[in-house]
Amino acid sequence: MIAFFVKRFFQAVVVMFVISLISFSIQDNLGDPLRELVGQAVSEEERQALRDEMGLNDPFLVQYVRFASKALQGDLGDSYFFKQPAFDVIMKKLPATLELVFGATVIIVLFSVPIGVYSAINPQSWFSKTVMGLSIIGISVPVFLTAIGLIYLFAIELNWLPSYGRGETTQVWGVWETGLFSADGLKHLILPSFTLASIMLPLFIRLIRSEMMEVLQSEYVKFAWAKGISPRRIYFLHALKNTMLPVITVGGVQIGTMVAYTILTETVFQWPGMGFLFLEAVNRVDTPLIVAYLIIVGAIFVVTNTFVDLIYGLVNPTVKLAGRK
Amino acid sequence: MKKTALLFAGAALALSIASAQAATLRMAYDADPVSLDPYEQLSGGTLQLSHMTYDPLVRWDRSLGFEPRLAEKWERIDDNTMRFHLRKGVKFHSGNDLSTKDIAFTFKRLQESPDFKGVFAPFKALNIIDDFTFDMVTNEPFPLILNNMTYLFPMDSAFFTGNDADGKPKDQLVKHGDSFASRNISGTGPYTVSYREQGVKVEFDRNANYWDTKSPGNVDKIILTPIKEAPTRVAALLAGDVDFIAPVPPTDHDRIKSNDNVDLVTMSGTRIITFQMNQDRVEAFKDVRVRQAVNYAINQEGIVAKIMKGFATPAAQFSPKGYLGYNENLKPRFDVKKAQALMKEAGYEKGFNVTMMSPNNRYVNDEKIAQAVVSMLSKINIKVDLKTMPKAQYWPAFDERAADMMLIGWHSDTEDTNNFFEFLSACPNKDTGAGQYNSGNYCNPKVDAMMVKANTITDPAKRAEIMQTMEQVVFDDAGFVPLHWQNLSWGARKGVDIEPIVNGMDFPYLGDLVIKQ
Repeated sequence: MIAFFVKRFFQAVVVMFVISLISFSIQDNLGDPLRELVGQAVSEEERQALRDEMGLNDPFLVQYVRFASKALQGDLGDSYFFKQPAFDVIMKKLPATLELVFGATVIIVLFSVPIGVYSAINPQSWFSKTVMGLSIIGISVPVFLTAIGLIYLFAIELNWLPSYGRGETTQVWGVWETGLFSADGLKHLILPSFTLASIMLPLFIRLIRSEMMEVLQSEYVKFAWAKGISPRRIYFLHALKNTMLPVITVGGVQIGTMVAYTILTETVFQWPGMGFLFLEAVNRVDTPLIVAYLIIVGAIFVVTNTFVDLIYGLVNPTVKLAGRK
Repeated sequence: MKKTALLFAGAALALSIASAQAATLRMAYDADPVSLDPYEQLSGGTLQLSHMTYDPLVRWDRSLGFEPRLAEKWERIDDNTMRFHLRKGVKFHSGNDLSTKDIAFTFKRLQESPDFKGVFAPFKALNIIDDFTFDMVTNEPFPLILNNMTYLFPMDSAFFTGNDADGKPKDQLVKHGDSFASRNISGTGPYTVSYREQGVKVEFDRNANYWDTKSPGNVDKIILTPIKEAPTRVAALLAGDVDFIAPVPPTDHDRIKSNDNVDLVTMSGTRIITFQMNQDRVEAFKDVRVRQAVNYAINQEGIVAKIMKGFATPAAQFSPKGYLGYNENLKPRFDVKKAQALMKEAGYEKGFNVTMMSPNNRYVNDEKIAQAVVSMLSKINIKVDLKTMPKAQYWPAFDERAADMMLIGWHSDTEDTNNFFEFLSACPNKDTGAGQYNSGNYCNPKVDAMMVKANTITDPAKRAEIMQTMEQVVFDDAGFVPLHWQNLSWGARKGVDIEPIVNGMDFPYLGDLVIKQ
């Protein structure tokens, strides 16, 4: 187990290094950060002087080494726009994004498992057919459109839910600013969560359905029927457990992807999370913030994948973690 | 004991009466201010904030005239000097009194600010006469003293003197990185900042000691949320989640107009959108007939009607109506036949190829405008290779003059005609900085001479005559392609009376805003 973690840790370090190198080398192509810092009428000399002052005119390697040596000490640089350490800025926005991902995950789990199982058991029912049809539409509609549609229906026409933002937030343990513990905050969470879930939900329903159908055809399930075990036990204990294995693998990867999709969802809902922050940073050419974001998201990917591997081992004892003989 | 209780009850009653009239404004702009320092960046966002938390010496009224604010009155003493009399009894948010000390302090910061020092370059000195009187002295007779004074938002010198917790001077002006002035405000304006989380929310409280007791404004709290996506911003207004939004995208105007609960206010703006034709890169553009042909080929009215949905004013010159240099004889000259004839005359009947660049997220519909111009130019056989890009990449390309035709929009920082000429059409000169944004390299020494002269004439009528001639000459030379002036738009819930407080400069005077219900 320890060997597994050590190996993962070194993988993570390599991943971060590569990410930092790539994100650092694309920054020249993003545009000129100076333009976002000064007014239009400021002369070229003034801008050059500022560039010198900020070290932007140094050769690539000099800039990278300067960045890397600071990064090793935990300093990812200061955001141009926020004028604060980029790491702190992102950490402040992280809870909002994680809550959004959490909300979407809850929705996906709550809906995909029962619907997937039901439509696997009753593939010919009208409900299953409708769900399958809708899921095709769900997969193909862009997030942006889903979001606007939901806002139009629930915020403007029905006026049930707020149209943007995070609403009232409370501080928990002094560090975690959360919207989960107030009615207003939860109301604000509903539309963005459904929007984010809309990308993954159809995928998971279809995945669970097809896996479940396959499992229901297997010998051991047939044997269970022959033994006269109650349908509920067969479906939800024996069959579902084996269905979940590939679902967990895909799920782990998709949670990472979902963090990426938060960029769009957060932008439409003006959700103050780190996805929106990233998009704004790209628009403003706030390079320290961009680099820090990519590194932190890289870390999130590595951590979630490690967890998925661990959970996989728990669900299926025949799977061995790397390093364990 | 009883007396105290009674007193409290009375106070509570008084408070509740006051708050019955007071109102909260929830508003959404497309962005929130970059910094609380009024002189860190010369941008629309900064000026909007400055007009909420500070007061200028004078401010623009809606007909581009001057309204006294912290300066009560002023007079010209001689050609190079103007004397200002400061309003008495004005207090900063900190409780300090406003005096000429603060003016001198602010003026010094203005001269150090990379963004503002250009605007204030014509000033030689600020002489303090007494606590409430001072003279602004210019190097030469300067007509735009009052225009510049709209940028002088006196800062609290006592508040910003000394060192902050990190040992850095409180008045330090930092373009990138943290500073005391970028996080703290003490102005004389109608609002103080009570809470700020950058990119998320800014909350303002009414300044209880605001000097302008005649202001009808009854808003005692403002909550500003940036909402970047235009559809979401509009949705927030329509859903009643906010009371006031700006800007409103042209595509949503009809939706807002047709809704009974919200109002749309539009106004013609002063930002000109233009194309420049690079004479150094394209031989043909050296020929005035070719440049005229390009101008004749482009249908400004069509662009405004079809692409801008009427949300712009077709232009044939730099100066919008209301500016001294506005020449009312100049009209868009769309005429394809004439354009083709001019091309033939110049020997380019078969046309030629050019490259074109345009930003795609800087101006309203910038990319679509460029595409329309491409198809219009194909009528006179000019084949255009168009490349569009985000503004962050566009400006470095613009600095390199990377294409034969480039799109640029310009707003005159001084609200004066000459500013357009100085930046967009003056003969490019690296040393003086003239023509910094003249990617066309159009150069007419006669126009430049008039421009320099106009800067030293203080008689408005004479200035107007010269500047209108300049517009005429550049029009005849077809020095560039004017397209239109972008309009401005605001949306508000019914009862939020924004009509009287918005203006063409796009800094609403929110201190005077009245909410009826």
